[in-house]
Amino acid sequence: MTPVDSGIASAAANGLCSCHVCRLVSRRSRFSRHEHCPRCGATLHFRKPGSVQRCWALVIASYILYIPANLLVMMETGSLINYRKDTIVSGVVHLWKTGSWMIAVIVFIASVAIPLLKLFSLTFLLISVQRRSHWRPRQRTRLFRLLEAVGRWSMLDIYVVTLLAALVQLGSLAVVKAGPAAVAFGAVVVLTMFATMQFDPRLIWDPLQKEDIHD
Amino acid sequence: MADRPAQLIACHECDLLQRDIPLNPGCTASCRRCGAVLYRNATDSINRTLAYTLAAGILFLVANSFPIFSIEVSGDRSAITLFGAVHALWEQGVRTISVMVFITAIVVPCLELFSLTALLLPLKLGFVPPSYTLFMRTLQFIEPWGMVEVFMLGVLVSLVKLTNNFRVIPGFALYSFGLLTLLIAAAAASFSARDIWNRLDEMLGEEEL
Ligand SMILES: [Zn+2]
Ligand SMILES: [Zn+2]
Repeated sequence: MTPVDSGIASAAANGLCSCHVCRLVSRRSRFSRHEHCPRCGATLHFRKPGSVQRCWALVIASYILYIPANLLVMMETGSLINYRKDTIVSGVVHLWKTGSWMIAVIVFIASVAIPLLKLFSLTFLLISVQRRSHWRPRQRTRLFRLLEAVGRWSMLDIYVVTLLAALVQLGSLAVVKAGPAAVAFGAVVVLTMFATMQFDPRLIWDPLQKEDIHD
Repeated sequence: MADRPAQLIACHECDLLQRDIPLNPGCTASCRRCGAVLYRNATDSINRTLAYTLAAGILFLVANSFPIFSIEVSGDRSAITLFGAVHALWEQGVRTISVMVFITAIVVPCLELFSLTALLLPLKLGFVPPSYTLFMRTLQFIEPWGMVEVFMLGVLVSLVKLTNNFRVIPGFALYSFGLLTLLIAAAAASFSARDIWNRLDEMLGEEEL
C-alpha cells in the first residue's frame, strides 16, 4: 500500500533516543548501558527493554487465565423465586433473552470481544515483529493504537459484579455473589493491559530500516 | 515559544525523526509515516486543564461521599457508595476484585487529579513546581489505569440489571459521577505534556540567566 521510503531515518538509526517520559530527543551512545535524559533524568532506551519477551510472557499467562475466566462462575444470583449461576457468556445470553439487548451488546463487547481482540492482535503483532515482517506497518501500528484505546473497557464486568454483589445483600430475599471467574477475568484484563504497555510499536517499523537497532 | 529553535522530535510509535513546527491553535501534528498524533496546539492548555482539574477534584469528593443508588425491596432499603462497595467486597472475601476496583476507580483518579494540581497550580502562579519530574512520571505511569468512565458505564449497566428485579432509587453520586466523567475527559483533552515541558524549559532557562 504505502510505498516505504528506506531513505527515511529513525531516531535510533541516527544514534538519537527519544525520552519515554518527556520525549526530548538526545544523543545516546550505543555502547554505554545506562544513560539518562538530560531534561528529566529518566533512563534512556532506544526501544522498550525486553519488549517482545515480556509481552509474550504476559500474553501466554492471559491465554491460560482466559480459560477459567470463561468456564467458572462469574456471578451467582439468588432470590426467593430463582437461583442462577452465570458465566460471562451465559450472563450475556440471559441479558439478551430477558430483553436488555443494549446492555447485552455492551457487555458482550467489553467482556468477550475486546479481550479476544486483544489476545489475538497481540499474538499477531508479536509474531509479525519477530519475523521482521514488512507487511502493512501502518495498519499494524493502527491496530496497536486501537488496542491501547479499548483495553480498559474490559473492566466493565468487574465493576458491575462489584456493585451488584455489594448492593444486593438482602438475606433470604435476594443475594448476589461474585464468583471465582471474576478474579480470573480481572487478572486477564490487567495482564493484557500490561502486555499492551510492554509492546513497542517502533519494532514494527525497524525492519524497514537499513540499519539494525540493538538495545 | 515561537522564538525557540526548531527541535527534533521522534515519533513515539515509529521512531521517525521529524522537525517540531509551530502549529495554529486547535491543530494537531501527526507523524508523516505512521499517522500517530505527535502533539497538539491545545489552546491555553495550562489554565484550562487546571480549571477542569480543580472542578473534578471537588466533584470527586462529592461523588465518593454520597450513595450512587439504592434499592428497595418490601420496605428494606439498601444504598451504596463507591467506597462502600469496595469495602463490602473485601468483607465478602473477594479481595482481588476489591483491590482492583479500589485502585482503578479511587486511587488512580485521586493521584491523577493531585499530580495535575501539584504541577499546574505552581506553573499558573509562575514558579517551578517542586519535584515536577516525579509528578510527570506518575501521570504518565498511571494514565492507563484511571477508569472513571468505565466505572460510569458499569454503574449504568448495573442500574439496568437492577431495575428488572427491584425498585431502584438513583443517588446524588450517580449524577456527580456522570459530571466527573465529563470533567476528567475535558481535562485529558486540554492537557498537553509538551506545553508543560516547554514552560518548564523556559522557566529553568530564565533562572540560569
Ligand atoms: Zn526525559
Ligand atoms: Zn510515526
